[in-house]
Amino acid sequence: MYELRMATLEINNLHAQVAENGERILRGVDLVVESGEIHALMGPNGSGKSTTAKVIAGHPAYEVTDGEILLHLDDEDVADVDADEDQLSWNLLDLEPNERAALGIFLAFQYPAEIEGVTMTNFLRQALNAKLEERAELFEDEDEEADAEEDEGFETSPMEGPADDGEVGVAEFQQILSEKMELLDMDESFAQRYLNAGFSGGEKKQNEVLQAAILEPSIAVLDEIDSGLDIDRLDDVAQGIERLRDEQGTGVLQITHYQRILDYVEPDRVHVMLDGEVVMEGDAELAEKLEENGYDWVREQVYA
Amino acid sequence: MSSDQDHLQQTDTEERFDFKKDSKAAYAAEKGLTEDTIHAISDDKDEPDWMRERRLRALKQFQAMPMPTDWPGQPDLSEMDINEIVPYIRPDIETRGGVDDWTDLPDEIKDTFDKLGIPEAEKNALSGVGAQYESEVVYQNMLEQWEDKGVIFCNMDEAVREHEEIVKEHFMTNCVPPSDNKFAALHGAIWSGGSFVYVPEDVTVDMPVQAYFRMNSEGMGQFEHTLIIAEENSEVHYIEGCSAPKYSAFNLHSGGVEVFVGENAHVQYSTVQNWSKNTYNLNTKRALVEQDGRMEWISGSMGSKATMLYPSTVLKGRGASDNHITIAFAGEGQNIDTGAKVYHNAPNTKSTIESKSISKDGGRTNYRGLVHIADGAENSSTAVECDALMFDNESTSDTMPYMEINESKVDVAHEATVGKIGDEDIFYLQTRGLDDDDAKQMIVSGFIEPITEELPIEYAVELNRLVELEMEGSLG
Repeated sequence: MYELRMATLEINNLHAQVAENGERILRGVDLVVESGEIHALMGPNGSGKSTTAKVIAGHPAYEVTDGEILLHLDDEDVADVDADEDQLSWNLLDLEPNERAALGIFLAFQYPAEIEGVTMTNFLRQALNAKLEERAELFEDEDEEADAEEDEGFETSPMEGPADDGEVGVAEFQQILSEKMELLDMDESFAQRYLNAGFSGGEKKQNEVLQAAILEPSIAVLDEIDSGLDIDRLDDVAQGIERLRDEQGTGVLQITHYQRILDYVEPDRVHVMLDGEVVMEGDAELAEKLEENGYDWVREQVYA
Repeated sequence: MSSDQDHLQQTDTEERFDFKKDSKAAYAAEKGLTEDTIHAISDDKDEPDWMRERRLRALKQFQAMPMPTDWPGQPDLSEMDINEIVPYIRPDIETRGGVDDWTDLPDEIKDTFDKLGIPEAEKNALSGVGAQYESEVVYQNMLEQWEDKGVIFCNMDEAVREHEEIVKEHFMTNCVPPSDNKFAALHGAIWSGGSFVYVPEDVTVDMPVQAYFRMNSEGMGQFEHTLIIAEENSEVHYIEGCSAPKYSAFNLHSGGVEVFVGENAHVQYSTVQNWSKNTYNLNTKRALVEQDGRMEWISGSMGSKATMLYPSTVLKGRGASDNHITIAFAGEGQNIDTGAKVYHNAPNTKSTIESKSISKDGGRTNYRGLVHIADGAENSSTAVECDALMFDNESTSDTMPYMEINESKVDVAHEATVGKIGDEDIFYLQTRGLDDDDAKQMIVSGFIEPITEELPIEYAVELNRLVELEMEGSLG
């Protein structure tokens, strides 16, 4: 695929509210995740974990009222796109969701969308190519941009067609997909099924990890990837997450309610959210403490 | 990938459809519609008297019938003035009835069909091709292997002369009589061109037969007639494509299609229509199906200002079956009113109707359908599924699936969904790298996938392309 990318996600004093009704959800979140690390973001229902994930990805239902989300790229690792110095730090809040994806942000959804009629293969190949193309555009300097607009032709439809320059072709993609599916212990037939349509809860979660494996993000935010998984699948998914880190150097921000998945994927850091803020941080032991004492204990510690 | 597909990929679809040529005509009827118009057409075609009589009778019926105005949600036809339409234009070609070699066509016509990719498609995947320019068929060709088996594929005017008895028996008699509706009557009066397909007993034509209709002149009407007769145990797939460039004055397309499906025969009729946005597209299409016969209608309705099209099937014989698949797309200022009609007039008959419609930027789609099960048509079954996808709150979609069930031992299933394209779905795809437009396009191509997967590959590609172009709002 393309070259390994190291990056740091830095969230400073993030405030966000529901766009529709002004309900304040995030009240100053601070968080740093680096490529190659696994972080757990824990907290009771309604503490703002999922909102944090959605705001990082750019969900239009939330309005950011203060703070910033920065993505710093490591210059040695963006050599393949010929980045200028000022292209090494991005404020994600200025970018569309697909542009964030192109820079290496991935969100695994708690409830992934079901898209009828679009096969996994077509979807993933198109997503991968869109990401590569968008990335080239983001790093393009302005002269090149003007050139590119001129010869912008007809885009290839999802019905195959000759691949444009730099695109991953059908055959090459099939191979990548088969390999990644095998690693996740997914049946070959998945490739021709419609995206998440009629998938069981567990299959959907496996599929989110598969997508991350194919799109090779520098930072993956996994929103309750462990919910609805039986033990066998939990094991497959956990191994998949570890491979993201070990083989692709992906930084993982794992949002979870329970400590269970952390037995499989040991976090480097644990952050605890309460009422829209990160109120406690620690290493893997913190998660165990939470498991024993519950979130009331956190509340007592923080508000004592 | 076949080279056919390559060709379709490489030709820009928009360019292929929205271009116009200078009109050179050998004969053009005056605007408006009187008995004189009929005589002029009949004289020019040198028709037998019975056909002239039928035209004159149909004209009377047309004049006596009121315009349809009271259907709920129907397209507004009030701006359409039949007297402003040029009903008949014969292109300037020496050989009446068309040539059988593309190179013999005048350049302007040859260019048109080259741009549409028709000669290329013929080389690669078709049993026969007919191409109509304005009112007349300009090209007609059939592979020898089918001719040898007695298959006839010729233009309708030629059929009137060469196969007079069979045409006289079937032409607008008991399938689509002019009295069916006002536009069927209009069609009966001034029809011109179209295709005649005859498949003898026990012959399976295993490559599709294709016709392409093209309107090039401003303010004209096209009224081609298609007559398909499939005898016992035969099989044929007929494909029709239609287009017109954009002009300021409106055009009218009012075609007539009659299909006779013999015992245990199978006919598939596929059409992808892409009219310019000032065309009124008002058609009457019907099939009569004998015992154990099977009829399939596959329609993609794109473009036009207003479309009213409800292919219908009469299941006459025991065990006859019907399958309808329709897709409609309405953008700004368009009202696409389509549907299906099926009459179950015998026991053990079966029908399925699948309809998908997409509306965007204030466009309107309607599904208007009728399933009639006659008393005595026991053990019959029907399944109707209509899905509508809307892009925004300005667009409209209505579903009007009428059922008339006069028999109790039947199985009737009906499902309808109307939904707006989901913001969460779009966001999900965006987080995977697709921009807003590509995300919507992917959702739409998935929505129509059950239809495109039924089409021959080159038509599926074409349909997807047209949908993409519609979504970019770039088709004229």
